[in-house]
Amino acid sequence: MQITHSCEIAKGIVLFNGEQVNEYTGQDFVAFINEVYRAQKLNYPKFFKMDGLSKLALVGASMILDQIDAPSDKDIALVFANSSSCIDIDRVHQKTIADPSNFYPSPANFVYTLPNIAIGEVSIKYQLKSESAFFVCERYDQNFLMRYARTLLNQKQAKFVLVAWVEVNKLNYEGKFFLVSQSKP
Amino acid sequence: MEELKIELKNKLITALNLEGMTADDINDSDPLFGDGLGLDSIDALELIVMMDRDYGIKIIDPKDGKTIFLSIETMAAYIEEHRNK
Repeated sequence: MQITHSCEIAKGIVLFNGEQVNEYTGQDFVAFINEVYRAQKLNYPKFFKMDGLSKLALVGASMILDQIDAPSDKDIALVFANSSSCIDIDRVHQKTIADPSNFYPSPANFVYTLPNIAIGEVSIKYQLKSESAFFVCERYDQNFLMRYARTLLNQKQAKFVLVAWVEVNKLNYEGKFFLVSQSKP
Repeated sequence: MEELKIELKNKLITALNLEGMTADDINDSDPLFGDGLGLDSIDALELIVMMDRDYGIKIIDPKDGKTIFLSIETMAAYIEEHRNK
């Protein structure tokens, strides 16, 4: 098994295959990820409606999948994980339902109150009808994720696996994305 | 009515995260769904919530939304007639 592409997004810096491609000095995650989206010229009409977690997942996954010819034909499984689930958008949603006399849950927020929606957005953008899983773990455990990916590859459940750690919680965010395969795509 | 139309355009841009758009980009008669602003089913639900929260209008039958949410013009006309906020 080998890592063919990688992307890391954290602390205002984006690395692709180990090389810095974007830098942002502000603190605001959403402003940062929006800037990366524009700089990378990613095209997904729903992007600005998505929550932070899905935005991070979509940007990181797109940077890698855009390097692959016809990703929808490549049988690419998605194995994502994080530690805060979708707490960021859960908080926003909770605010809209906290006051019984002013109870107006926002559908646009509510639809993102599951972490695996992030996987769904990537699957929709790239028309992937593949194996997928989103794990909520205490901390980043690359060995676990890679072991899971290896199992999928060995069992021929997928030809490639996009492994990702996508964490967003208030000001803290971190994305690690690796495309792994038995051979070069 | 003109003021209400501008208010609606600004509310739509904020509530539906229509990034990079201003009220001037939306014509009163532009279709909100389909080829116009390209809103989707989640946006439709968001509009139903907005009608209730901001104008006190409850849209019980979602089918009514098809005519009410045709354009800014039709929305404004419906709000003028039915609002209690």
